[in-house]
Amino acid sequence: MTLKTILLGACSALAFAGLASAETLTIATVNNGDMIRMQKLTDDFTSKNPGIELEWVTLEENVLRQKVTTDIATKGGQFDIMTIGTYEVPIWAKQGWLLPLDNLGADYDVDDLLPAIRSGLTGEDGKLYAAPFYGESSMVMYRKDLMEKAGLTMPDAPTWEFIADAARKMTDKSNEVYGICLRGKAGWGENMAFLTATANAFGARWFDEKWTPQFDQPEWKNALEFYVKLLNEAGPPGASSNGFNENLALFQTGKCGMWIDATVAASFVTNPKESKVADKVGFALAPDTGLGKRGNWLWAWNLAIPAGTQKQEAAEKFVSWATSKAYLDLVASKEGWANVPPGTRTSLYENPEYQKAAPFAKMTLDSINAADPKNPAVKPVPYVGVQFVAIPEFQGLGTAVGQQFSAALAGQVTVDQALQSAQQLTTREMTKAGYIK
Amino acid sequence: MARKVTTRRKLVMTAIAWVLGIMIFFPILWTFLTSFKTEADAIASPPQFLFFHWTLENYHEVQSRSDYFKHFSNSVIISFGSTLIGLIIAIPSAWAMAFAPTKKTKDVLMWMLSTKMMPPVGALIPIYLLFQSFGLLDSRIGLVMVLTLINLPIIVWMLYTYFKEIPGEILEAARMDGASLMKEIAYVLTPMAVPGIASTLLLNIILAWNEAFWTLNLTASKAAPLTTFIASYSSPEGLFYAKLSAASTMAIAPILILGWFSQKQLVRGLTFGAVK
Amino acid sequence: MAPKDWNGASFTRTVPEWAAECLSGFGGLFFTRERALPSKNFRSGLAMATLHTRSAARLMMAPSVLLLLAWMIIPLAMTIYFSFLRYNLLMPGMEEYAGFSNYSYFLTDPAFFTAIANTLLIVVGVLLITVVGGILFALLLDQPMFGQGIVRILVIAPFFVMPTVSALVWKNMFMNPVNGLFAWIAKSFGFQPIDWFASVPLFSIIIIVAWQWLPFATLIMLTALQSLDEEQKEAAEMDGAGAFSKFFYIILPHMARAITVVVLIQTIFLLSVFAEILVTTNGGPGIQSTNLTYLVYAQALLQFDIGGASAGGIVAVILANIVAFFLVRLIGKNLEA
Repeated sequence: MTLKTILLGACSALAFAGLASAETLTIATVNNGDMIRMQKLTDDFTSKNPGIELEWVTLEENVLRQKVTTDIATKGGQFDIMTIGTYEVPIWAKQGWLLPLDNLGADYDVDDLLPAIRSGLTGEDGKLYAAPFYGESSMVMYRKDLMEKAGLTMPDAPTWEFIADAARKMTDKSNEVYGICLRGKAGWGENMAFLTATANAFGARWFDEKWTPQFDQPEWKNALEFYVKLLNEAGPPGASSNGFNENLALFQTGKCGMWIDATVAASFVTNPKESKVADKVGFALAPDTGLGKRGNWLWAWNLAIPAGTQKQEAAEKFVSWATSKAYLDLVASKEGWANVPPGTRTSLYENPEYQKAAPFAKMTLDSINAADPKNPAVKPVPYVGVQFVAIPEFQGLGTAVGQQFSAALAGQVTVDQALQSAQQLTTREMTKAGYIK
Repeated sequence: MARKVTTRRKLVMTAIAWVLGIMIFFPILWTFLTSFKTEADAIASPPQFLFFHWTLENYHEVQSRSDYFKHFSNSVIISFGSTLIGLIIAIPSAWAMAFAPTKKTKDVLMWMLSTKMMPPVGALIPIYLLFQSFGLLDSRIGLVMVLTLINLPIIVWMLYTYFKEIPGEILEAARMDGASLMKEIAYVLTPMAVPGIASTLLLNIILAWNEAFWTLNLTASKAAPLTTFIASYSSPEGLFYAKLSAASTMAIAPILILGWFSQKQLVRGLTFGAVK
Repeated sequence: MAPKDWNGASFTRTVPEWAAECLSGFGGLFFTRERALPSKNFRSGLAMATLHTRSAARLMMAPSVLLLLAWMIIPLAMTIYFSFLRYNLLMPGMEEYAGFSNYSYFLTDPAFFTAIANTLLIVVGVLLITVVGGILFALLLDQPMFGQGIVRILVIAPFFVMPTVSALVWKNMFMNPVNGLFAWIAKSFGFQPIDWFASVPLFSIIIIVAWQWLPFATLIMLTALQSLDEEQKEAAEMDGAGAFSKFFYIILPHMARAITVVVLIQTIFLLSVFAEILVTTNGGPGIQSTNLTYLVYAQALLQFDIGGASAGGIVAVILANIVAFFLVRLIGKNLEA
């Protein structure tokens, strides 16, 4: 054996080692229960895909959003897979920041994805730019026992009038039972998600066709006054700092009569390990006011691949794995059907085992199907999105307006003052951004 | 006349001090206790102080989700690294300021401190772009550089105040013996300034350990320290007080223990320099 | 060498005489700067004997000065450049020169003056609590007692806690109006629990931040107190001085420099309080707990309006330097000695 062959051999061994040594995917994700479950099931993926290793970056929603947005906009390239919301997908896809997901594998069955969810993730070119990990709408979750005690029966499709009446009757402050828990914590994804969706049911809208803000219109005043009054009379103390998690904790500990929020919460409030009221929860569609729109939103957490990644193939494999039917089966086999990530696939809702394990399945599906992001409000609007306005400026705007509404709820300003400030600051920002000429 | 201390007075003082001390410490104690509770016990009303079902489950859960030791070692490397480099750069300049002051010395010192007053958010995007073009994102080297620069003014200033306390006569004597400048620093000055250097070191390790803006924004996974470890436990879905407490305990315990063991040095340094 | 514009002290020469006199007169009440002078002359005369030493000193200062200069100027230059652009991170390729419009938008922001006021309130509020509390704790810990070391350990512990952690713990486990410990205490006494972050947001933040900084103040004050000559204290007692006059005439003047250190160091950190606000109130309700840092943050990382955020950053730098200038005027002398 000559030196040359040894060297060659060494080289090829090195090259081989290079190939075999794992490709590491860095995945940025949000710290919600379903994602944490996915992280724990990593082994299933790595055993099926030797040579790919996963590095998880799990962050709180707002921190995650800042990081991935900064990274993708500056082409930082720190992540190979990003978890992003329905709000980001169309904006980012338009910028060419995301890779179209054309190669998710033969058995992926794109057509199985719920149409409402899928349409929000499809670009103008008809390609899918992100794969939904779980989807949600909003609905009413209520305590059957308290409803009965109040002498009322919850209809499947309640009106706001009924909800308000029931909330007041269910409230028993001396026993720390509050008729209704709603989001009050400021943020475009917190109170504004709820309020924007609810305002749709009251006939309000963010902008008219010319992008003029509409907070000076009577519909907004009705909606906001109704909300503030209801929460002050029948809501928990500190409602203005309650977001999804705070309300979840309240509901699980039996302190809320009703809670209108994301459909994913259904599996948490009916889980006896976490919830004291697991066997007493009923569900209904989000309320309306008879104007033809229900205040139910549409949201999905999705996996997307940034255009800058060097590891497209591996990333596609992962996205396909995490959003496949097989993944649902995997979770079901380990944690039970009630805990599979909901709201993405038609086949899941047709599965009798799921229907049996998840009493909220039908209501979730109906709520998702009832949401209409393209025509969210009673009146025509220039934007897409039920509980948000799909323009880049909305994060800042929504949060600033949310601050005003949160202050109104806390009683720091009046409803009129809050609406006036909202109108002013929205007009200002929209002028600055060039929408209002 | 030595001051007479009655036992009663001492007992009263002891009682007051202990009550106040425990009140100040209570949030940490409460976090520690909560970390051993189940999520249901953690929000139970009335609160459970000691007689609850003690469990290590939260720690298992936290460790299974994110590798504590990776974050821990990043924190150690970043905080110790930046502090040591900072000291190496700062000792000579603090020496110069203390022993060869000019009219401008004070101005330079104040200017250095004023660089710390810039809100970091304003500079995030420029720094992010710079880091990206030099390939420093998510690297420990990058973070060490940033934290060195951030804490350098404090280090220089603290050392300066210590060095000023060293009597000039000693240096004069050394110079008479023909010691060179470097020897002066190495053999005369540094040993005398050790308590000051030690407390500067400690203080800056603490500051670097707890720095949460740059460490969070400039890392993803490889260089992520404990501050990002915590960021994944703030308000997830579901009940989280106990898990948050466990993660918090894990994040603050090392520095707390270091701080407690070295508090004598910290105090001695401070007495010697800045505030005497 | 150091650019004059950025250091507080070089402004002193341009300040009108009356202001200087007024301020130094005020300072003289507390600070013993007369004593400082002779020793300083003595020292400098002694150490800068040769030109050689002088150039060596420059050389030794060069690394830290140059590094900090680069650290300041490079981001600053980029920030100034961005501040004149219409530049939103989410809309790349649309950058264009925007003149002063970013500045005018930032300065006319309805939240701007509130944010300045809140920034100052946080600084002043926390300083008040920590300085007064620190002195009291130091006096207490200086008393003879059992287990002094342990109490001291308990008191300094909060300083080692990350701001994010302490904000999370306070928010969720203490100040939460339903599940928090404070709410439980209030309820067990039959009171309505306070909804901290809704009714007194800024005060709540000040409490959290003060809790973190109280140990630092206590520690510094305590070391100052312990360096006070026992003989001096005894002499005062022999003169029949009461506890109060002893405190005001002997202890407090002795602590002047410690107070200065606390004020200076804390102000630097308190001007840019951020994590506590982000975790607890998000600047609200309304804009009641928005400080300048948070306002800039909202521009940069919520709106991704880099132009606007840069303008805000520059404004904040200018304001911080104004604060630095006054700070140095007020207490800087005391740092000599």
